[in-house]
Parts: sequence; C-alpha cells; structure tokens
Amino acid sequence: MVGNRQEALRDPVRSYPGAIDCDLHPAVPGMSALVPYLDDYWREMVAVRALDRLNLSLTSYPQNAPLSCRPDWALDQGRKPGSSLAAMQAHILKPCQSRFGILNCLYGAQVFHSEDMAAAFCRAANDWIRDEWLNRDPRLRASIMIPAHNTELAVAEIERRADDDRFVQILMLVSGETTLGRRQLWPIYQAAERLGLPIGVHAGSAYRYAPTAAGWSSYYVEDYIAQSCAFESQLQSLISEGVFAKFPGLKVVAIESGLTWLSGFIWRADKTWKGVRAEVPWVTRAPSEIIRNHVRFTVQPIDAPDERDALLRLTDHLKSDELLLFSTDYPHWQFDGDVALPDGLPDSLFRKIVSENALATYPRLAKADHALEVAQ
Amino acid sequence: MSTLELERNTPARYKLRVIDCDIHPAMTSWTEVHPYLEKRWIDHLSVYGSHLRHAFSEALSHPRMSPDAARIDAYPDEGGPPGSSLELMRTQHLDPNGVEVGMLIPLRWNPGSQRNLDFGAALTRAMNTWQIERWVKQEPRLRASVLVAQEDTVAAVAEIDARGGDPNFTQILILPRTDEPLGRRRYWPIFEAAVRNNLPITIHVGGTNGHPSTGGGWASYYMEEHHSVAQTMQAVLTSLVFEGVFERFPALRIVIMEGGLGWIPSIKARMDKHWSRLRSEVPHLKRPPSEYIDEQVWFSTQPMEEPGSGAELIDLFDRIGWDRLLFSTDYPHWDFDDPRYAFKANLTEAQRDQLLHGNSRRFYGL
Repeated sequence: MVGNRQEALRDPVRSYPGAIDCDLHPAVPGMSALVPYLDDYWREMVAVRALDRLNLSLTSYPQNAPLSCRPDWALDQGRKPGSSLAAMQAHILKPCQSRFGILNCLYGAQVFHSEDMAAAFCRAANDWIRDEWLNRDPRLRASIMIPAHNTELAVAEIERRADDDRFVQILMLVSGETTLGRRQLWPIYQAAERLGLPIGVHAGSAYRYAPTAAGWSSYYVEDYIAQSCAFESQLQSLISEGVFAKFPGLKVVAIESGLTWLSGFIWRADKTWKGVRAEVPWVTRAPSEIIRNHVRFTVQPIDAPDERDALLRLTDHLKSDELLLFSTDYPHWQFDGDVALPDGLPDSLFRKIVSENALATYPRLAKADHALEVAQ
Repeated sequence: MSTLELERNTPARYKLRVIDCDIHPAMTSWTEVHPYLEKRWIDHLSVYGSHLRHAFSEALSHPRMSPDAARIDAYPDEGGPPGSSLELMRTQHLDPNGVEVGMLIPLRWNPGSQRNLDFGAALTRAMNTWQIERWVKQEPRLRASVLVAQEDTVAAVAEIDARGGDPNFTQILILPRTDEPLGRRRYWPIFEAAVRNNLPITIHVGGTNGHPSTGGGWASYYMEEHHSVAQTMQAVLTSLVFEGVFERFPALRIVIMEGGLGWIPSIKARMDKHWSRLRSEVPHLKRPPSEYIDEQVWFSTQPMEEPGSGAELIDLFDRIGWDRLLFSTDYPHWDFDDPRYAFKANLTEAQRDQLLHGNSRRFYGL
C-alpha cells in the first residue's frame, strides 16, 4: 500500500518529537478526484473538453525529476509522489513524530489563465484536501489554494475556508501574474490579517514571464536555482509597496526558498533603502527589521555545504532566532539520510525551529493546541 | 559612522593607489559622436529615436532618484551631464583618489539592446572610436571597453577582432539583460572572439530585453528595480555555468560589474547543491558549478556591501576569495564608492593594496 520501495528506505527520517512540519506536499492523484466537488457547469466542461485527461503537474516540479521526489518516498505503479496519505504517514509523520504537518498542494488549479477555471479548481482542491487529508489525520493542517490573479474570487475562497481552523495559511506561488506587493492583491492581505492566516509564498512559477530578467533559460535546474531570486524580488516588492505598513499584523512565510541568500539580501536591501527611501516614504524601518517582524522561512532546502554553520551564520546575520520553521519538504528530495535539520544546533535554537517559531507564526495552530489541552 | 572611525580606517600616511574598473563617461552633446557615425544613422536617430523594448523612447522605465543617476556635485560648471568633462573627472576623481588606471564603461544609447541591429552595430563602432579619441588619447590613465551589439553576433565578433589588437581596450562590455540568457549558444561566437583576443568580458548592470526584472512581474519602484540587479547577475551567472560556457571556453574570463557581492557565496552553494541532484539534465558539466566560477569569474566591488560588522565583511571576502575582487567606484553615479571609505572593515595595508589595485593590475595585465 505504501509502495514497495519502503523496504529499501535506507534511513528512516529521525524523530523530532513535537515538530511542526511546515512544508508537506500532497498531490492530487488526478482530476477525477476533484470532479465530485465541481458544480454542474464545470463537470460538463470536464466531460466535454476531456479536462480529466490533462496532467496538471507544474513545470516548476516535473513529476519524475529527481528533485520532485526522494527515491525512497516514491510510490509504486506510477502513482504521483505525495498522492498517498498512508505513505506520507509512514514516510514522514510517524518517524518524525510530528505534532502538526502543513499541507501545501502544488497543483495546476492555481495557474489556469481562466480566472473562473482557477477558482473552481482551487475550491474543489481545497474541499478534497479537507475530506481526504484533514478529516483523516488529526495532525494535518492545510494552506488554502487561491486563484491569486483574481482578487475577488481569491478572497471569496479564503472566506469560504475561514471557519475551519485546520486551514492555517493562504498559499501563493512566488512567481505569479504580478509582483506580490501590488495594491490589486491587498484585499487578499486584508483578509489574511483579519482571519489570522499567514501568506505562504511557495517556490514555483505560473510562467507568465521568463523566470528571470535574463530571459528564458534552457534547463530545469536553472529554473529551480532561480526560485531563490524570485523570493528576493518578491520580498523587495512587498516591502517597497508598503504591504507591511498597511497590514501590520500580516505574516508571510517563504516556503522552500533556499535560505542562504538572506544574508546578502538584507545587506543590499538595507543599503538601497538608505539611499533611495525618499521614493517610498511609507517604508519607515529598514528592510531587515521588517523581515524580522513579518517574514518567516521554512528550512529545507538549506543551500550550503556546511548546513549547521549556515544556519548559525544566518541567525547571526539576521539577528534573530525566530525566523526559521522546520520543514521536510516531503516528498521533494532536499536532504539525504535521516537528518531533516542539521545536528549540533544550540538547544534553544533547535526548539524554536522545530516548533516554537511555527506556533508563534500560525495563530490557528496555537488555537488547536489550546483546544487539545482543554480536551485532555 | 563618525568621522573618527572613518579616519581610523584609512591612516593619513597611506598613499592611495587605485585602479578603477568602472567610470562612466558621458557626451556633452550627442553630436560628439557624429564624426564617427554614418549620416544615415545620424538621421535615423533624429527621426526615429532609440528603439528599445520598453515604453519610453528617450527615458528609462524607472526614473532614478537623482538626475542622471549622478552625484549632485558631478555637474561640470561649463554645462553638460556628469561624466562629460575630462577636466572635472581629473580634479574630482582621478587626481584626489589616486587613480592610476580608470576603465571607461559608456552606457548611453544602450547600443547592444537596440532592436534595429544595424543601428546598434553602427553605434558600437562609433562609440568605441569616440572613447579613444575623446578620452583615452587625452588622458593616458584611461582605458576603453569594446562595446558590442551582442544580438548581432557577426557584427559583435567583427568589432572585437577590429579592436582586439589595440591595448587601449581592456575588456568587452555586455549588459546582462540580453535577448536570451547570455549562456545560450547564439552568443558563443562572442566568447570565442574574446578568448581569441585575450579580452575579458565585463557584464555591467543594464540592458533592456522586454523581460521584467522578476519572474513574477514588473517592479513598481526604483528601489525594487535597483535591487534587482543582484538577481539578474545571479541569473546570468547561472546561465553561463549551466549552458556549459566555462566548460567549453576554459580560457574565458568574466567580470560581473556593479552587481554587488553579498549573493555570491549563496548562489554558488545553491548551484552546487541542486546540480548534484539534477546533474543528469546537464551532463556537459563535468565539475561542480562553483569550481568554474572560482576559476573564471571576477567581481567588481561597487556597490560595496555593508553587513552588520567589519568582521562579517571580511568573512564575506574570505568566502568569495580575495583575489576575485576588482575595485570600482562607478564615478560619477550617486552610489559612488570612495576608495577611502568603501570598505567598512579593518583591512591590513596588504589587503587594501590587493583590493584597490593589485588584483586588477594582475587581471588586466597592466
């Protein structure tokens, strides 16, 4: 059931008791899974246009690319990596002894050019996640998929989920249709702030534009490397446009960003701000301070040969131990062996990364925690 | 930072010796270049203007925060834009800052990005001659850069070969926002010509190719656009590595100019990490990406990074490699780096010498 490669699993992931795993990827096995959640019109469209024959895997994560699935987490019979709850439980939730795991579903629904189609399939995917994942494992939480390129429809989808505290975050791709700070997106941020939902910005592109200012690269590996640059640009956009001045309660979580670029980013952003801040008078604090107050980062992947030293250096440069959130990025292949978080971190930093920082970032997790304590 | 600290950083007895890899010369008037340009193109420019992949015919899409992106004190008394007066360049920069060699990086008209390829190529020829006649022949401390119309490879190679034997040219200049990522095969004849003529290729911030500065859309503010050069340089470097340019041209030398430095260790680590996972896609790479960069890429220093402490700056240089750093000021632009105060760290005299002129002297064979 879990896949015959489980036997070949070389090193089961080590336990991090009580961990909050902030980046798990469930996969929609096929569009047929979503059809029950579509209305009559979209069911007809699926039938007439044979939409269910489309494989909506994102170009940002080719299904069979080595990065998209660690070999010992592959499923048998060609099933999509991440499409089995039982496998996710066996591969990661159980060995990690995670208290919570946050599901970030990367699926084509978010990127359809048709805003209506995107909204319909995001809604269906959120329903499906609720029924097939959240209802079946009390450790699981999820991010709300939205059609980010239509603010009205996006806010409607957020509000539809708002009463279910198991939806703890709003999910956006780092490269969508507009830079993330733009005012047209602000109603999404307003809803996020009001409802206690951080904005989770995940690596990935809708490919509305070339991946970088240099144009269309040749190889997938280049696209993936460019994701960290996309995070840099979007942080600069969110800061420059004044999103955090307008929504002081807003939190943004950069998911699967690569991390080590952050040092260079804050040095440059702070220096640039000192030089040209007259252009953006609403940015009254240095970018590094805004990031410390509003932005969090999941740890995998750690782009460094010396992962432990890299995390310590980063904590030093950022002058904060509250920015990093534990993640395995399951089933993406980021770390080898059993160590999802490098050994040898100071105890207090380790505890912060493994769970405390996530509890401080996601108010809905703390709520659920409280409910558990009351029940006990 | 207090004056006291600044003075402590550079003892008064220290004699400045500088090689400045990035000086921007300007024209007092466009007519300066007319003697070197066919009448057809003089007429063309006056009728049709500059034809680039952005919205304004005569202006940049993101207006700078100071006129001409310049230091406010860099306007010549006799009129004309900053960088147009050799006399002021001497008295304001070359003499007081101990500049022994200064490299010219002309940016006006953006010839490499012109959509009319013939016009772009004609401009590069004219502006290359203009650098020699107007600047280098008047001031022996100055050197020129070979401008090329990189989208017209045949014209670019012809211009490199035409100038390659002239020691007044020290490098080939390409702006990073090329029509396709610079590592793509269409540009390889340029790399071949660079190696043949033993000239490094300098990639200086700029260019227009119609692509937004981010993979997720257009920047609104100059603060974003200005910051994005660091990401653009990472993209160019990624392209050069993964297309196999360094593997194919082991004698090619690249200078990344005005891209900043803070991102270098992280992008090298990111390339290595994800190459190790995805290397089956790029079997033409024989070694980890960082090895090619360590051997074939140099970086100019301006705009200097300002981390939280001098120790962090030293650590950054350690991780980039001290021998990779070439000093530059960006005169007369607003974010000019003064050689006395640019490095906010306690450097030894030997380190300072290496950064301010030693590395460049060796690199450019001066």
